[in-house]
Amino acid sequence: MSEKFDVIVVGAGPAGNAAAYTLAKAGINVLQIERGEYPGSKNVQGAILYADALERLIPDFRDSAPLERHIIEQRMWVLDEDSYIGGHYRSAEFARPPHNRYTIIRARFDKWFSDQVQKAGALLLCETTVKALLRDVQGKVIGVEVDREDGRIYADAVILADGANSLVATRAGLRQDIRAETAALAVKEVIFLPKETVDARFNLSGQEGAVIEMLGSISQGMVGTGFLYTNKDSISIGIGCMLSDLKRQHLAPVELLERMKAHPAIAPLIAGGEPREYAAHLIPEGGYDALPQLYGEGWMLVGDSAGFVNAVHREGSNLAMTSGQMAAETLIELLREKRPATAANLARYRARLDASFVMKDLKKYRRLPETLDRQRQFINDYPALLNQAAHTMLRVDGMDKRHKEKEIFNAFRERRSLLGLLGDAYHLWRATR
Amino acid sequence: MHIVVCIKQVPDSAHIRVHPVTNTIMRQGVPAIINPYDLFAIEAALRLKDQLGGRVTVMSMGPTQAEPALRKAISLGCDEAILVTDRIFAGADTLATSYVLASAIRTLDKEMPVGLVFTGKQTIDGDTAQVGPGIAKRLDMQLLTYVSRIVEVDPAQRRIVVERRAEGGVQVLETAMPALITMLEGSNEIRFASTPGMFRAARATIRHWDRNAAGIEDIKLVGLKGSPTIVSRVFGPAARAEKAKPIPFDPADPDSCANNLLERLLNEMPKVRKELEQRRSDTQ
Repeated sequence: MSEKFDVIVVGAGPAGNAAAYTLAKAGINVLQIERGEYPGSKNVQGAILYADALERLIPDFRDSAPLERHIIEQRMWVLDEDSYIGGHYRSAEFARPPHNRYTIIRARFDKWFSDQVQKAGALLLCETTVKALLRDVQGKVIGVEVDREDGRIYADAVILADGANSLVATRAGLRQDIRAETAALAVKEVIFLPKETVDARFNLSGQEGAVIEMLGSISQGMVGTGFLYTNKDSISIGIGCMLSDLKRQHLAPVELLERMKAHPAIAPLIAGGEPREYAAHLIPEGGYDALPQLYGEGWMLVGDSAGFVNAVHREGSNLAMTSGQMAAETLIELLREKRPATAANLARYRARLDASFVMKDLKKYRRLPETLDRQRQFINDYPALLNQAAHTMLRVDGMDKRHKEKEIFNAFRERRSLLGLLGDAYHLWRATR
Repeated sequence: MHIVVCIKQVPDSAHIRVHPVTNTIMRQGVPAIINPYDLFAIEAALRLKDQLGGRVTVMSMGPTQAEPALRKAISLGCDEAILVTDRIFAGADTLATSYVLASAIRTLDKEMPVGLVFTGKQTIDGDTAQVGPGIAKRLDMQLLTYVSRIVEVDPAQRRIVVERRAEGGVQVLETAMPALITMLEGSNEIRFASTPGMFRAARATIRHWDRNAAGIEDIKLVGLKGSPTIVSRVFGPAARAEKAKPIPFDPADPDSCANNLLERLLNEMPKVRKELEQRRSDTQ
């Protein structure tokens, strides 16, 4: 009576959808199980879609995917209490199709993505929660048990794409519970404004979009960053900080967001808008050193549940899609060779990841989480110093410029000492090389 | 016995928003659900099927986006789903909707005679409670509204006994089938779909009936054309200009806070104050 599939994918976010899509396209009998009312109903992201990862799955996705704006301008702000210093990169090249990145609304995008998965032939069950993994006597995963009557469903392999908490993998003992030191808590609001207002405030037209990534005083001394993304007729604004920092400082994330929204450089950008959506989500930001075991007897972890997030470059969904695709390709290969999904055979998934940008980028920044956690001057001192330097240099007050330079240098030396400055440069180089 | 349940997909009222300028409901991005009252109609039908056997067909008039609502009904145990869908049905009021659904049920009746039709007592987006009675009238069926309990069904004798919530009490009514029943909320606990039920729903083929398949005889009676209702104006309640007035509260002296509140209330209501003072002087 029980149902049996080639593969079960748990979760219908970017990682799960990429995996199920790749499998279904290859003619594999795949079942996808989603806890939410519909795919996208529980998902939270900024959200930026990087075209590259999706393009490799669905080359013509631009024809039908619900995209908000393509990004032609990227701003990077370092904020102090009432100022910011930063850089903007705007390019006409970014305005020419095919576009490289887009803002999206996940509730809509995920639904679309899931439609493509189902059209490719995967079967989807929503509003169904996987409670546990089924194993045979040797301990190999052979299916899942869901929270409904007669809930045992069997498969040759299970791909866990159940998100940052990965309750299924955690409960099954495949990975540790998410730790406050390796997770960020991000909160965001979607603020509605007429399209013309968004266009005017960011100097945009048509489907052009701009994004601002922010760090500095807005994180109140915690390791974290803020963002502001333009959608068609709304703005997504949010901030995320390490969970351990939030815990230590007893700060409610909503308070953090409210203070950020009140910053004199940010408030005018969202003025008059109507907040219509508030969401919060965990982001696994532990990086390379926090990665769990990624595969085993009959199972693989993909996307957030594997911890695939590049916090520095604000990339996650592209790592999710790529890892989902690689897990699927590994299984397709094994099924064609008629080999079972044993841990030894699934090691090919890890090899694929290692050869790709996913692992290479995670390795590049492996020391950054620890560096930022220990070297608080990057958050507490430098944003203020940089802003003060700009202020000193740009204020015309009769002081000669050489004197001003000296004043700025002294400010840095006072705050960080000569050795400290050298050390900081070394730390930063080491953490990002 | 063949039971038909008519359901409607509605925007989830927990997420609904009203457009600030046009005052119309903004459906974009609002999740769609089965009209909550209709779930009790489905449940009542399924309980009868559990008890007596037979067949439950769920039916909805709407766009193709309404398919998930019908799938959900199948996951709960309905045998088959029919989506009555045609571009000319768009813009229908309750009169036109009941005409289309009645036509479709009449067509379905030829496939397998229909003994009972269930609907929810009303929808949460229209709140008219007119479509159920409209269907019953057109099909010349007995009509039982606001039913809280099905007491007894005898398919052989074609009799049904129900409890109906009425003002001031409960009526126990007996009538002949075929009948149309509009179910009250809370009449039964809604079941949770089983895993096989979920699979059946995910794989089910939903029958789509256009005007021809549904047996529509007069297309002037459907859609916007067949809808005499004219919405002349939609407006929200006007925001009140006056602001809330805080009353100082001293935890050590709740009495003075209460007196303060009472004093302010009575200031707003001179008539009540006068009456109270009158009564006080009467008792003294």
